[in-house]
Amino acid sequence: MNKKKLLGDLMLILALLFVSLLVFLLVELTRDEGSSVLVTVDGEAVAEYSLFDDGEYSLNDGTNILVISNGCAYLKDASCPDRLCVNQGKISMSGERIVCLPNRVMIEILGVGEDILSN
Amino acid sequence: MNTKKLTTLSLSVALALLLSFIESQIPPFVAVPGIKIGLSNIVTVFLLYTYGWREAGCVSLVRVCLSSLLFGSAVSLLYALSGALLSFITMIALKKLPFFSEMGVSVAGGVFHNAGQIICACIIMENAAISAYLPPLIISGTVAGAVVGIISGILVKKLNGKI
Repeated sequence: MNKKKLLGDLMLILALLFVSLLVFLLVELTRDEGSSVLVTVDGEAVAEYSLFDDGEYSLNDGTNILVISNGCAYLKDASCPDRLCVNQGKISMSGERIVCLPNRVMIEILGVGEDILSN
Repeated sequence: MNTKKLTTLSLSVALALLLSFIESQIPPFVAVPGIKIGLSNIVTVFLLYTYGWREAGCVSLVRVCLSSLLFGSAVSLLYALSGALLSFITMIALKKLPFFSEMGVSVAGGVFHNAGQIICACIIMENAAISAYLPPLIISGTVAGAVVGIISGILVKKLNGKI
């Protein structure tokens, strides 16, 4: 392979990895303790629950099941074929989110002072 | 277009579709939406270097539409088209520059395919914070793109002139 082109390729790869590091740091450093879970369907906020009220909720007419317990939120079940959202585990810090792309459902942790629906 | 070219391109669509299907059968290791190897990009990059952007674009477009209609849904078509479009434009642009080989072009193709899908998701969900998925997607896109690119490079060298 052409040496000059190989160098170009490597620079590109390094640049991309650098960008991904930047985005990662940006996201991680702006994290905070969560206080509520915001549920959005198709971009519209439909419900908000406190992270400290344990409960199980059926979202979007049952396509996804949200569970809040012990200050964490996660999707227990979903109707999508790959169920990536269910396998994403639990979230509890502000800014963290779990997305179900096929059903266009998203649950997001809001920090103290960011609560939308309760205002 | 002569018959030979027509058949070659049709076979390319079938091949890309097949690669895409095989890929979809592998269970995802990581729970990040959109993570994939992008094997069908081998066909796109190969065509890009052997024929040109029009042929590669046609095959890519047809494959994405068919793949979403057969294995996905209307929404998946939207995500796939955004990814494929952004990826394609980037690959053409990078190919024109003398700095990159098939591997570099393919790496960019893979990464920007994911980026296109994320941007589409941000627009549909009206929330820019989904870009938090970018870091793992960029890394996996780079690795996958490099592998796909190396394979495409070998194919271009071996098959050029014989197709």
